Amino acid sequence: MLTIAGRKFRSRLFGGTGKFSSPEVMKEALAASGCEMVTVALRRIDLNNPVDDIMSVLDRDRYLFLPNTSGARDAAEAIRLARLARASGGGEWLKLEVTPDPRTLLPDPIETLKATEELVKEGFKVLPYMNADPILALRLQDAGAVAVMPLGSPIGTNQGVLTRFQIEIIIAQAQVPVIVDAGLGAPSHVAEAMEMGADAVLVNTAIAVAGDPVRMARAFAMAVEAGRIAYESGLGAVSKDAAPSSPEDGLGFLR
Amino acid sequence: MKVLCNGEAQEIASGIRVADYLIQLGLDASSVVVECDGKILSREEYGSHALQDGSVLELIRFVGGG
Repeated sequence: MLTIAGRKFRSRLFGGTGKFSSPEVMKEALAASGCEMVTVALRRIDLNNPVDDIMSVLDRDRYLFLPNTSGARDAAEAIRLARLARASGGGEWLKLEVTPDPRTLLPDPIETLKATEELVKEGFKVLPYMNADPILALRLQDAGAVAVMPLGSPIGTNQGVLTRFQIEIIIAQAQVPVIVDAGLGAPSHVAEAMEMGADAVLVNTAIAVAGDPVRMARAFAMAVEAGRIAYESGLGAVSKDAAPSSPEDGLGFLR
Repeated sequence: MKVLCNGEAQEIASGIRVADYLIQLGLDASSVVVECDGKILSREEYGSHALQDGSVLELIRFVGGG
């Protein structure tokens, strides 16, 4: 069973709550995914159109909230959002995101490390979203991150695991759980990440914008489980040369 | 008196407390976090914290996100 910062998770699929067509669809899709931790964001209330509070839709006993700092462009903004999240009743868990460039939404490694150091001091359980940089993963782990969240590909792109080589090194080295996050657009992508030995994956867009988000959530859950079982079972070695799967002996009668 | 709330200038009753202001706006205090002049207020402070003329308020809540 997956343990992060002393908390156990039966499901290795974490869900996002953005981009769903309605709160009802989100609720049903998250239930179908089996996930036990969900990300949420913090935003200004639109005073002219105060929509329903997401906290009232989701059962806090069922889902651990993982507030994110999406929208933060530097450490100071991320720290401000983190403190607001805690004051909002979001708890100590935090997905730290520092993305200065709106075009790529790639995380700023230096600001992410700075913010991790500060927020760990303040008692947050920090899960930093990071580029798939093995050295940075070690630095974040040393700074007290309870898990690391390397990206498969940029947020919302559905491109899958483009960072395979680096994520393999991160998994081999990390002492904290590795959660592959971002860009996982198909069940095959999460299966690949789990087969590589990732401890968990986080999926939002691919489920939320699917034609049928509830069935897609189920497909992702199955792929996560399949990938994990395959990893635990020990995958065969990859080879350039063919190796027959039928016996080579016993063909004397043919020639 | 005037305050700046979520970037909008608002005319409000002099000395109104945060809890009453949230009720006026139709917001459930349990789901809103209030930052007043750069300082985050705890929920316990909503009932006692009186807004000042020129206060800058940010009313924030959780929304869906990834």
